[in-house]
Amino acid sequence: MRAPTRPRVAVHKFSSCDGCQLAFLNLGEDLLALAERVELVHFAEAGPLDPDAEVDLAFVEGSVSTPADLERIQRIRRHSRMLIAIGACATAGGIQALRNGADGAQWIAQIYGRPDAVASLERSTPISSHVAVDFELWGCPVSGPQILAVVNSLLLGAAPRDDADKVCTECKRRNFACVMVSRGIPCMGPVTRAGCGALCPGLGRDCYGCYGPAENANTDALAAQFGRQGLDPPAIARRFRSINSQAPAFLAAADKARMKRDE
Amino acid sequence: MLVARLMELGYRCLGPAAENGAIVMRELAAPDALPRGLQAAQAPGRYRLQQDPHQRYFAWANGPQAIKPHLFAPRESLWRAQRDEQGRLRFTAVAPPAPMLALIGVRACDLAALALQDAHFLQGDPPDAHYARRREQLFLVAVQCAEPASTCFCASTGDGPTPTAGYDIALAELADGFVAAAGSRKGAALLDALNLPPASPQQMAAARQQGQAAAASQTRSLPGRALRDVLMGRLEHPRWDEVATRCLACGNCTAVCPTCFCHAEMDEPAPNGQASEHVRMWDSCFGESHGHLHGFNVRPDIRSRYRQWLTHKLATWHDQYGRSGCVGCGRCIAWCPAEIDLTAEAAVLAGDREPS
Amino acid sequence: MTARQPLEAIVVERTQESPTIFTLQLRLSDAAAQAAYRFAPGQFNMLYLAGVGEVPISVMSDPQERDGIGHTIRALGRVTQGLAALRPGDSLGLRGPYGRGWPLREMEGRDVVLVTGGLGCAPVVSVIHYLLRRRERYGKLVVIQGVKHAEDLIWREQYDRWATLPDTQVLLAANQGGALWPWHVGHVTELFEQARFDPGRAAALMCGPEGMMRAAAEKLLARGLPESRLHLSMERNMQCAVGRCGHCQFGGAFVCRDGPVFDWGQVKSLLEHRGF
Repeated sequence: MRAPTRPRVAVHKFSSCDGCQLAFLNLGEDLLALAERVELVHFAEAGPLDPDAEVDLAFVEGSVSTPADLERIQRIRRHSRMLIAIGACATAGGIQALRNGADGAQWIAQIYGRPDAVASLERSTPISSHVAVDFELWGCPVSGPQILAVVNSLLLGAAPRDDADKVCTECKRRNFACVMVSRGIPCMGPVTRAGCGALCPGLGRDCYGCYGPAENANTDALAAQFGRQGLDPPAIARRFRSINSQAPAFLAAADKARMKRDE
Repeated sequence: MLVARLMELGYRCLGPAAENGAIVMRELAAPDALPRGLQAAQAPGRYRLQQDPHQRYFAWANGPQAIKPHLFAPRESLWRAQRDEQGRLRFTAVAPPAPMLALIGVRACDLAALALQDAHFLQGDPPDAHYARRREQLFLVAVQCAEPASTCFCASTGDGPTPTAGYDIALAELADGFVAAAGSRKGAALLDALNLPPASPQQMAAARQQGQAAAASQTRSLPGRALRDVLMGRLEHPRWDEVATRCLACGNCTAVCPTCFCHAEMDEPAPNGQASEHVRMWDSCFGESHGHLHGFNVRPDIRSRYRQWLTHKLATWHDQYGRSGCVGCGRCIAWCPAEIDLTAEAAVLAGDREPS
Repeated sequence: MTARQPLEAIVVERTQESPTIFTLQLRLSDAAAQAAYRFAPGQFNMLYLAGVGEVPISVMSDPQERDGIGHTIRALGRVTQGLAALRPGDSLGLRGPYGRGWPLREMEGRDVVLVTGGLGCAPVVSVIHYLLRRRERYGKLVVIQGVKHAEDLIWREQYDRWATLPDTQVLLAANQGGALWPWHVGHVTELFEQARFDPGRAAALMCGPEGMMRAAAEKLLARGLPESRLHLSMERNMQCAVGRCGHCQFGGAFVCRDGPVFDWGQVKSLLEHRGF
């Protein structure tokens, strides 16, 4: 906590809904306290615009989804000492990565009047598929406290803490009754990364996995339990094929369930 | 009457309430607010509220939590670090609020677990300050379990279903009222003040019989011998691999276990970077960071985590606190989303049961 | 020190020992607390990096040294990497010492064999200082140290100096040697044949990776050293340091409180299994 020179920070957007950038803005007073400790040089949603500035720390929201994205992410990497991918799009390709398993060109042709006006890559991919990423912050969207913890850690001279424990850990700390047990609802909490504070179970509903796979995610055991709770293989596949469909652990679990259906 | 007197004495009174499909301890709004008819059917991975046809107050076996979160807080700040204007670091202990708290409806298994938590948090010099402060302020109204759940096995661990120690007041709920007994000076003083008529010999006999019937109704049990050497001799048993395929490593069992004491400590800096809270929160041996050591993890896989949990609970707890760490409450069975049954696993590992 | 919260400590001196290893000499800001601070070799402190967290670090300095408390640290995790950035004059938190140190009084009159691997040497260096100050109370001294790469060896001058002392033998091994590595290339356990000590009157202290300690114990026991005189320092995740948080449990023991130094017999059966 020596008086440091203020690190230069940029927030970039790729294919995404902007929700993770909102997590910054929603920090409110804390954002103001933080802003005094950093120099925000590029953050389109908040005002400052200087996309090609050299920065100490770049936050990247969104997935690489268009030909222009391919080039832009390389440029950002070159200009950033440290790059942090934030949110499900940036870490796993996001909801738009559902097209990865389908015929994207056909979808475009069906939906858009002028398909040739759409410049879109066949697949939506996470930032780490293209450049080295120093840290990944999972979540859809990421939460304010997560962002704060990352920035704080870096400002204090330490790597951010990587909490890959399960949502259940947070759920039990908040003394919520397990919805799988008390209501028989199939919940993704036991395979999903903590960070949201068990938002959904706290409202009496199931986790839908928006923070991506936790460490040691036993998707086989959870799929088996979903089966006992009455989900058929397509329904099980859908539970894994959601916001983080391309995260390897969820992708494999969805494929396994699909194979089961095909048997 | 009992609750009214406790409230007069300044206690915050917590009793059973149904919330999100489970029986939880919540503050009673009024002396007569204790609900009737609450009950829950329990099975591995299953907990469902139901109505007690006899409309009793305590016909439920247990909920996911009882005493533990009120003494060993799921999350609390231990101390604060503050950078002063000269740049010096100042550390201050955080004194937790410790209201006078009465818990109404705790069970024999909860009291046995409390004795183990006491042994853990009050040992050493100094004892854990946060736990100790709250412990002093606690008043416990225990209730004999008349209707154990299918997941209960306290009779086999010797911890229930009738409370024998560790309470201020113990109740047995009968068809025609309650039999109350004091277990502490605080409890005796309170009962004296209530001026209750003495229980009849018939009522005393009915309470005794109710306890015996409750014990006899339990269908689960732990192998009836000290499991320490048995389990520690089977650390490479194939069952550990098998259970690892079913276990989600979600840590629900450790969170609902009334004796589990593991907690993480971490620091949460303030947004201005000049202050930080040193926070402790419940942790689990099923989590990644539990076995974390610089550069590698002592327990990287679910097999070693489940084995750590079960061997600690049923075996090495004997070395630490002179008995098993399991009090037979069955919470880890009911609240396991993967339906893993501790008694079944222990029986297979001990060689008392064929793997199913 | 009985309070749970740390005291402020100031970095008095910082030495870069290798690209990733550094030593911090610390002094408690409160002069009375610094004067009252005592530790036994083998014990550890919890060091706190402001806003980031705590980490257990064994004390490597000489217990007679009253002016400072020495810690040799490898920058590996988020806290230790942050500690690496501290400079003289910077402040941090310190609480301790914790745990059970080496049974040095019991060992008086004996030959002492010190076996270390990797950075495991830090808690043992404190012992060497202790023994050298009381050289007359102990018999032969054998220092056996193994490292992965030749460049991992720190405190080379100290080892050189110790090697010249009477009745003192220094045996070094690196799995991968180098041009400037005059010592053994290979595994540290290959050095035991050369060690000169009397198993009938010796005691051994081990510190380092568990696999290395298991192999070393086998060699020492084979030479006739009784189990009761074989001691080792264990490492586990420690967050509270007072036997409460549960992370460091090793069977029935809390490594932070019942260790980190154990007798071989206390831990040998569980050391055979991975995952504890």
